[in-house]
Amino acid sequence: MNWETVIGLEIHAQLNTKSKIFSSASTEYGAKPNSQACAVDLGLPGVLPVLNKEVVSKAIKFGLAVKAKINQRNIFDRKNYFYPDLPKGYQISQLDWPIVGEGQIEISVDNTTKVIGVTRAHLEEDAGKSIHDLYDEYTAVDLNRAGTPLLEIVSEPDMRSAKEAVSYAKKIHELVQYLDICDGNMQEGSFRCDANVSIRPAGDNKLGTRAELKNINSFKFLERAINLEVDRQQDILEDGGKVVQETRLYDSIKNETRSMRSKEEANDYRYFPDPDLLPVEISDELMSQIMTELPELPSEKKARYISEFELSEYDAGVLTSQKSLADYFEKAVSISNTNVKLCANWIMGDLLAALNKEQIDITNSPICAEDLSLLVSRIDDDTISGKIAKDVFKSMWNGEGSADEVIKEKGLKQITDSSEIESIIDSIIAANAPQVEQFKSGNEKIIGFFVGQAMKATGGKANPKQVNELLRKKLT
Amino acid sequence: MSLNEEKVSQIAYLARLKLSDEELEINTNELNNILQLVEQLQEIEAEGVEPMAHPLHMSQRLRVDEVKEKDDSNNFQSIAPKTGNGHYLVPTVID
Amino acid sequence: MHTKTLTQLVDGLAKKEFSSTEITQHFINRIKSSKLNAFITVTEDLALEQARVADDRIANNDNGVLTGVPYAHKDIFCTKGVKTSAGSKMLDNFIAPYDSTVSHKLNTAGTVMLGKSNMDEFAMGSSNENSYYGSVKNPWNLNKIPGGSSGGSAASVAARLSPFATGTDTGGSIRQPSSLCGITGLKPTYGRVSRYGMIAYASSLDQAGPMTQTAEDAALVLNVMAGFDSKDSTSSDKNVEDYTAKLEDSIKGLKIGLPKEFFSEGLDDGVAENIMHAIKEFESMGASVKEISLPNSSYAIPTYYIVAPCECSSNLSRMDGVRYGYRCEDPKDLEDLYLRSRSEGFGKEVQRRIMIGAYALSAGYYDAYYLKAQKVRHLISDDFKRAFKDVDVVMGPVSPTTAFDLGSVKDPVSMYLADIYTLSANLAGLPGMSIPAGFSNNLPVGLQLIGNYWSESILLNIAHKFQQQTDWHNKAPKEY
Repeated sequence: MNWETVIGLEIHAQLNTKSKIFSSASTEYGAKPNSQACAVDLGLPGVLPVLNKEVVSKAIKFGLAVKAKINQRNIFDRKNYFYPDLPKGYQISQLDWPIVGEGQIEISVDNTTKVIGVTRAHLEEDAGKSIHDLYDEYTAVDLNRAGTPLLEIVSEPDMRSAKEAVSYAKKIHELVQYLDICDGNMQEGSFRCDANVSIRPAGDNKLGTRAELKNINSFKFLERAINLEVDRQQDILEDGGKVVQETRLYDSIKNETRSMRSKEEANDYRYFPDPDLLPVEISDELMSQIMTELPELPSEKKARYISEFELSEYDAGVLTSQKSLADYFEKAVSISNTNVKLCANWIMGDLLAALNKEQIDITNSPICAEDLSLLVSRIDDDTISGKIAKDVFKSMWNGEGSADEVIKEKGLKQITDSSEIESIIDSIIAANAPQVEQFKSGNEKIIGFFVGQAMKATGGKANPKQVNELLRKKLT
Repeated sequence: MSLNEEKVSQIAYLARLKLSDEELEINTNELNNILQLVEQLQEIEAEGVEPMAHPLHMSQRLRVDEVKEKDDSNNFQSIAPKTGNGHYLVPTVID
Repeated sequence: MHTKTLTQLVDGLAKKEFSSTEITQHFINRIKSSKLNAFITVTEDLALEQARVADDRIANNDNGVLTGVPYAHKDIFCTKGVKTSAGSKMLDNFIAPYDSTVSHKLNTAGTVMLGKSNMDEFAMGSSNENSYYGSVKNPWNLNKIPGGSSGGSAASVAARLSPFATGTDTGGSIRQPSSLCGITGLKPTYGRVSRYGMIAYASSLDQAGPMTQTAEDAALVLNVMAGFDSKDSTSSDKNVEDYTAKLEDSIKGLKIGLPKEFFSEGLDDGVAENIMHAIKEFESMGASVKEISLPNSSYAIPTYYIVAPCECSSNLSRMDGVRYGYRCEDPKDLEDLYLRSRSEGFGKEVQRRIMIGAYALSAGYYDAYYLKAQKVRHLISDDFKRAFKDVDVVMGPVSPTTAFDLGSVKDPVSMYLADIYTLSANLAGLPGMSIPAGFSNNLPVGLQLIGNYWSESILLNIAHKFQQQTDWHNKAPKEY
């Protein structure tokens, strides 16, 4: 039996506003328990919610970025249920009129691109935290997180493999950071992925029963959890059983999923429009303002890099994968007469390698964009060779100065004077008659020996191209 | 629409209320009477009428994103039934 | 002293005929010897301190109009550092950690809070028999109810235990007790007064307002209570006018509409007689009267008894024994904590309405109940919209009867039916008043005025003119 996997993802992105969605308490992570839970967040009798404008802007930015319909008129609803970290006994969310409607985003897996549909994205408030291991007989509740704004992004069940799901999740992760609406910190819980997974016989149109996987806090775990679930469901169905619709928690230590205890009745959320809030009507004015604040989207930037800078699809993709990386690149090439391709290679190659090795973010790079650009120019204008440049790079990384300063300090300027090179070549040819013989009898490859000798004699500073040309001239 | 005791029991649980057998009987009676009263709503035709969630035809005001609240947790926790280490405490919950 | 109206007290304070401390002590003494059970908490020390501060302000010419005037504050408003119970065991131990906006405004104005007045639990009731703290008695007849849910506030003003009181009105809870106790009560347009810190019953219906002896008094209090609040999304930013400015305007040519639906069966003859008498009074002042129809008003009861329970079932979910309020003893587990805290903390009527609400919102019933009710609400508002094209004010009875005996109405539905005349104004969000209009069987009868949106000035003007022509509002029970 050929099975087809169907996956939909629900991503909760914490919006990085200063204050909460319905109160003016701080959203900063890591504060002393309950020190950032004000009267409104605590659900004291008589308190009322007031909507944060920036939350609305950020949600709209996301919607625009996935080419979605923005519901300028949207409604907040109450989702009623009881839990200790849900102070009001209801969560303010959006049901029938979410702020963002249908959109889409393009992903790429194994060099194939695919469009994944975004069903909707809506705003809601986060709950507090229940901590079960502080006390034996008690669960401890910290309500600092209660009221933090969340954008719940729901995808169409368009993904057909764990790889596609991870690619989508990563794309959304990159996008929300690009737009500066979410810091994407999965460890701190600012970006949470839940996966709805089902399988069906290949060719079938009907959706199989799905299970919802929760408690996944890395892309690696996302892929694992989905694959585990697909196997589990396959086993059940092949044994003639039925998949139960349920929520399963992923355990990263045991690498398994466990069913969550659930009560039928507990799921009647009794949604109704929140009477403490009025319908949100986003003016055309606000829409225009938000559109102007929208940064160039990754896809637009990528296209521009390809057309304007004539970069390859791959290179453009890498450079636009992170906004800070793209910003660095753009700054570097903004200096006139930069060899864009060379610059791109240095950023994607040496710079990223060095940053990754030391786990440094590009925004904290020891070599700034302008300095890197100048280094690349020195290669381009033949002041130094590419090989020497690597040494210069290391020195710059260690804070020894700019490219020009290091070159001067260490005397690394390339030798480009033909007569100087000629005389060096002459002495090498004179000193290595056997090798000359070998070349003359047809061993082309021996030219490498002469080049090596020339480099040794010049401390690596001779211009390799000129060395090559002059050698051939002299040897033939 | 008439409710039986089982249904009333479910409704009570939804609202986290616990009724004794006697209360269940009384409440079932009373709730059914109230439902009969509100059943009148079904007589009226309201096809195409906009629901009126608010008397005011206003839209939601948007607040500027700034932090205005300070830590008042001591004050708030002074009236809490049970706290420990700055947390609110409830009997252990098994997820 | 206590027979003076608020306006007269303001005048007296300004003329230094007496001090705030003197009048405060006077009222406190009266409260302490009263048998009406109108107060849940009497804040004597706090009041005297506030009076002292008020006297200082007056001496320094640093006072506002109401500085130094004492009042009874319905126990539904959060008052920082002072017990705020909403008439419920659930909040019996709740010392509010913050002030409601209304409390804050009254504090800033320099008024003196005598205490928190008794009320039906969580504002649910029309007789003040649903309070955890026992029933309030009607000052006119101690065997009768004062009305509800602002029964304590009404009784306090009627018995001259305070010159004014605050109340809240969701389905008639200011107007009906005002009518039954023979005082003046005003429910403003929805959104006129901030709901922040006012413990919520039905969010889209609740509104706070003044309860006083006269319309003139009510205008002075509304001036302080009204206004936009950035903490309340449902609060209107409409300008607050001076509600005393138009009091003296002539009402000649005023067009009064009498809804025929408010004068059909069920209305007590004695009440009807007093209402018609009051209407004649208006005619003698140059007003004209015509019959109007509010055809959908008969649906006000089922509409209200779906909307309010639905909203309150959700609003009261926060009372769970976790962060404040009543927690049951030795909860075994979380379920036990919720079930017992809530069942032991909430009274019967509250539990009933929570269950109705939970049912009406539950899966499969939303369209038939809540959604339908919100649609019918629109129809009810449209009736008024149409009426106000023809008339300036709608008048009628507040309650079908005068105050009934304590303990005589046990059936919830019968109690609900008595709200018939007041509910529509809440459902439409319109302002409404009750003013004393006579007596039937020695019990007060109130006349209801319903105005168009934001017409509080007009209502107060009409009421004031009536009170210049009549003296029902001056009457107080003999003992007081």
